[in-house]
Amino acid sequence: MADMTPAAIDDAILRAISLNRTEYARITDLMGRPPSEVELGIFGALWSEHCGYKHSRPHLRTMPTQSEAILVAAGEENAGAVDIGDGLAVVFKIESHNHPSAVEPFQSAATGVGGIIRDIFTMGARPIALFDSLRFGPLDKPRNRYLANGIIGGVGFYGNCVGIPTVGGEVVVDESYEGNPLVNAMCVGLLPHDRLTSATATGTGNPLILVGADTGRDGVHGATFASVEDPEASTRGVVQVGNPFLEKLLIEACLELLETDAVVGMQDLGAAGLTSSAVEAAGRGGAGVKLNIDKVSRRTANLTPYEVMLSESQERMLVVATRGREAEVIALFDRWGLHSDIIGEVTDDGHVTVLDEGNQVARIPIEFLIDAPEYELPVVRPDYLDRVQALDLAQVPESDDLAATLLELLAAPNIASKYCVYRTYDQTVGTNTVSGPGSDAAVLRIKGTKRAIAIATDGNGRHVFLNPRGGGARAVAEAARNVVCTGAEPIAITNCLNFGSPTEPAVYYQFAEAVAGISEACERLGTPVTGGNVSFYNEANNRQIHPTPVIGMLGVLEDINNRSDSAFKDTDDVIALIGPLESDLDGSEYLKLIHGIEAGAPGIDLDLEARVQAACLAGIRSGVVRSAHDVADGGLAVAVAESAIAGGIGATLDIDAADGRRDALLFGESASRIVVSTAPDRLADLERMCGENGASLTIIGRVGGARIALLPGVEVALEEADGAWQYGLADALASQNGRG
Amino acid sequence: MKACVIVFPGSNCDHDAQHALSEVAGFQADFVWHAETDLDGYDLIMIPGGFSYGDHLRSGAVARFAAAMGPVQEAARRGTPILGVCNGFQVLLEAGLLPGAMLRNAGLEFRHDWVGLRTERTDTIFTSACEPGQLLRMPIAHGDGNYYADPETIAELEGEGRVLFRYCDEAGETTPEANPNGSINNIAGITNERGNVLGMMPHPERASEMILGGDDGAQIWRSLVAHLEAVPVG
Amino acid sequence: MNNYRVKVTVRLQPEVVDPVGATVEASLHSLGFEGVSGARVGKVVEFALAAGSLAEAEKDAAAMSEQLLANPVIEDHEIEVTEAVTRAPA
Repeated sequence: MADMTPAAIDDAILRAISLNRTEYARITDLMGRPPSEVELGIFGALWSEHCGYKHSRPHLRTMPTQSEAILVAAGEENAGAVDIGDGLAVVFKIESHNHPSAVEPFQSAATGVGGIIRDIFTMGARPIALFDSLRFGPLDKPRNRYLANGIIGGVGFYGNCVGIPTVGGEVVVDESYEGNPLVNAMCVGLLPHDRLTSATATGTGNPLILVGADTGRDGVHGATFASVEDPEASTRGVVQVGNPFLEKLLIEACLELLETDAVVGMQDLGAAGLTSSAVEAAGRGGAGVKLNIDKVSRRTANLTPYEVMLSESQERMLVVATRGREAEVIALFDRWGLHSDIIGEVTDDGHVTVLDEGNQVARIPIEFLIDAPEYELPVVRPDYLDRVQALDLAQVPESDDLAATLLELLAAPNIASKYCVYRTYDQTVGTNTVSGPGSDAAVLRIKGTKRAIAIATDGNGRHVFLNPRGGGARAVAEAARNVVCTGAEPIAITNCLNFGSPTEPAVYYQFAEAVAGISEACERLGTPVTGGNVSFYNEANNRQIHPTPVIGMLGVLEDINNRSDSAFKDTDDVIALIGPLESDLDGSEYLKLIHGIEAGAPGIDLDLEARVQAACLAGIRSGVVRSAHDVADGGLAVAVAESAIAGGIGATLDIDAADGRRDALLFGESASRIVVSTAPDRLADLERMCGENGASLTIIGRVGGARIALLPGVEVALEEADGAWQYGLADALASQNGRG
Repeated sequence: MKACVIVFPGSNCDHDAQHALSEVAGFQADFVWHAETDLDGYDLIMIPGGFSYGDHLRSGAVARFAAAMGPVQEAARRGTPILGVCNGFQVLLEAGLLPGAMLRNAGLEFRHDWVGLRTERTDTIFTSACEPGQLLRMPIAHGDGNYYADPETIAELEGEGRVLFRYCDEAGETTPEANPNGSINNIAGITNERGNVLGMMPHPERASEMILGGDDGAQIWRSLVAHLEAVPVG
Repeated sequence: MNNYRVKVTVRLQPEVVDPVGATVEASLHSLGFEGVSGARVGKVVEFALAAGSLAEAEKDAAAMSEQLLANPVIEDHEIEVTEAVTRAPA
């Protein structure tokens, strides 16, 4: 064995497990001796950014996590659980699989989906919906197209096979994701309250049963891999391959098993495999675990104990059974054609003990492992912010053909229809999909009740780059607004925080401020954080990605019949805007796409936001609002055009830029605005509801005709707008030759 | 009336089928595990969609060897109505209960879409509730739905009127653009010679309630119920 | 019993359209390999087989191919059986 004393430990070993020399010294101090190789691997995995949240915990701790609806709060289990009424709960979580996807897009994106599904059924919930929030580099480069098509193919493949509908998500293209695409997958599950299951290991002598795939060398170092800069420079050897068929069997078998009382707890194997799974379960239960790893079935010959402990082979679950009921559990798995092994037991010594053929290869107090080092760095406002926030519109000429600008925006990959992507996803399996992808938020009915849930994901990296706190708050507000546009009340969020390297002061500032902004918005809108995931070190070619917190928002419709969508319905309906008509151009897609400028400080007034959302909800619930669509990328003009395209009917606006700029009026993206339509004879009711909620309502036009007329002389045929919007992204993604 | 839904490892439309059959069509609908060998007493056998056995090798190729497929063959011979949807259609093809085979979709992609279907015959136990030529809208969701058979088999199917549904546009035209997967003659669903076994790629169970965007699929349940109520069960 | 290596190559029949092969061919053309034509994509199934003789192994492999490995409606198959180097225990 190598000399493992702190002075002699090899730099290459430490690099391989992503620990620094100080951390290593801390380990030897804690242990009172140098760790064995297996022990060091276990420390490395659990103290990695991915499992240990070394740089993020001090800030994550400040997020609001409680409300009356919260049944399981953030951090307690694999995912949070939220009461939705009628004795039912929703479990949901979003997680990243960014770095592996930069290397092997299809398989990595697929296994990312598989991993998040396991987090959900581990809790006893039946997974009912998937969302994929994706970020790619510019699609005019073959390599980016290769990654985009591979990732889209992978997420679709896994969800389609396993039979969970993919009902929403995002596709966003920006230079900052070049070489480091983002793959954030969210799964939503449903269960009765009394079926909630804990990922806990308790009860001395209770057996640990490992079920599912045999263990191979897949992803050894995967959890630390997620913390390594420049994934393309790493090897392909760490990429895991997913088997959705096996996952489907695991879902059915585990949910069936949880109907018995033969199980104490259940935990999936994710990052750092058996190591984190066993240690976290024991940590929750305040117990210890003893693992006989020679009992673990192998797919590959000659695996070392180190490799077995850290393998990230997919589609495996750890079940803590009730002592004496092992045979029953194994028989149930057998019936589903699943192999399972008893690989250890719960102990009362508070240690994780690893035995190989009876020889002890590791023994560590669990408290050392779950108490990863924390790094709270100084939060210093970076210089770049003054530069980018100073937006001088005098230097930005207004486009002279605003109708052409509208068409250009509608065809931009970030605004154009994502139909060509989501038609490759099964959206209707499960027979719950009321509104699928392409809606402001997906709406799923809850069988056996009058209820539905509405879910959206949202995140705008450019906004957070320009104004970290305001952008973070806006992501929550927009996700909530999307959910409100269906008629649902937002009740909780999950978040995936994708950032660059936290050791870069600018990135650390972005992170701390964005988390503060998210927290402020969650407090004000009454939507606590139920959990999620932090992904640091998203950078390539010495460039940090735009800070990209992605928010997954859950809302509840008490009566599914009182819902809305974005489509204009009837000729002569009144189009109105809830919220202010005036807008700035800060951080807009218009500035970026037409003028090549990323500038301004996109912010938000959260009190105004709450009033606008309350007014819109009142309008939808009372049946006054016939369509509702959030004003976001591309501003008011794009929101109106999208409602017109969705309804197959034109619109004529009657608005005026006064002395302001016409481009800001049409394409500005100021927050807290919703385009609604209502029958003329219900307008007075809508005005009253907005008044009662303290939100302004401006009548901006009428539904009808076959044109979208924005301003005098600024209009396009509906058909032309539709054509631009339908094919913009499809054209950009086409051409798929080679790996670039 | 009793229906059963055969469940293979990897079936994923089994719950949807059971829901539509029991909540919409009014059957007592049971799940039957692929290892079962007794299907007596069922008035309708449904083979649901999904990825049976992971669709390894070929869609439906492994499922046809399941124990339950023996009694399915017997029931088909006795004239029991059998409906295979999506992967269920692929299983019926592999089992030889229907002719032809499925190739990968012409566009190579998995495709989900609401498609138009033209009802080619209404004098069958599956379509008697439809108007002649009625246009139905249902979702498809498959990667291997490109129906293929040799020219003689196609001629036989067409000659005997065994194509029940074709992909069509809003005007009922069976254009190439309306064909989502490249199937010969826009074929979306076919029956056996006797007319008691139907395989179709579109999902009627997903189009049985207005809240889900359409209930045209319920026409198939109505037709089956009318047939079963008219004939003595047994 | 002897040990044999069996390799079954399954391809779509020549008259059946092969969309995967067509896509591969088009992609190779656009990468500059303009001389490519007639691309077909199939699959290979390999396994070890214990049998009394080469003829018996070939007979078994043919039966397997017809019953499961290939779908005779759309696919052709080719079987290669070779004697493995080591002998299985009797």
